[in-house]
Amino acid sequence: MADAAFLALSVITIGSAIAALELRSLIYGSIALMGTLGGIAGFFLLLDSPFVAMFQIAVYVGSIAVLILFTVMLVKRELIFKKIEDKRRKFAGIGLMLVVMVGLGAVFMDSGIKSVTTDEPAVDFREIGADFLTYYWPALILMGLILAGSVIGALVLARREDMSDEQRAN
Amino acid sequence: MSNELIDFALVSVALLGIGIYGLSVKRNAIRMLFAVEIIINAANLNLIAFGRFLPHSGGQTLALFSIAIAAAEVAVGLSLIIVAYRMYRNIDIADFRSLKG
Repeated sequence: MADAAFLALSVITIGSAIAALELRSLIYGSIALMGTLGGIAGFFLLLDSPFVAMFQIAVYVGSIAVLILFTVMLVKRELIFKKIEDKRRKFAGIGLMLVVMVGLGAVFMDSGIKSVTTDEPAVDFREIGADFLTYYWPALILMGLILAGSVIGALVLARREDMSDEQRAN
Repeated sequence: MSNELIDFALVSVALLGIGIYGLSVKRNAIRMLFAVEIIINAANLNLIAFGRFLPHSGGQTLALFSIAIAAAEVAVGLSLIIVAYRMYRNIDIADFRSLKG
């Protein structure tokens, strides 16, 4: 049976995920998204993975959420508050959500993972560091290159071609 | 450990459902990015939970890679949204029609 910390975290995570999608203002929405991401970091702590939890907080809450917040600020004000959706589409979306939740939930409840428990100690994060530097080192280097490439690509995409360097300096 | 694997799996299913709802209903590009983020986080939660109950370090390693790749994806996605906003002065994806045949 789940304990109180788990229940509180799941309420925070799922509640702020709904809020992130449903709040009128995109700015409040992105702050609610920070709540979801932080709640997931809490789940990682419950699962004895402090290293991934710290990584999640540093990368998601610290950089991705702030990046989204700044992008929202670049958008015109009335677009931030405008909510465009069809009623019929919305009901269809809620139906799809319920089908996915009930269907996958029923599959999980029916499967063998319901009785999975473990008494073994958690994986030590030193082991993960050793794995990264021995077995996974090509993937680690490739990941660094992908990150560098995507950041350069993002900069090139966001650069304005219609401005001269003098205008930029002003 | 008092929490069982099924609890984490059910939370992740709920987050996946919310993300699919957001992707199918919302037409605002930034909100669709929120939905994608929620789905990625549901997947990471599953990776960590199953990795904890095996127990094996592979789950955490894969989750770390996944978080890093998601960061790259968000950077590119947001700059695409900025470019599209500059072209159409709107972030409604129904207006992004120049590739439509």
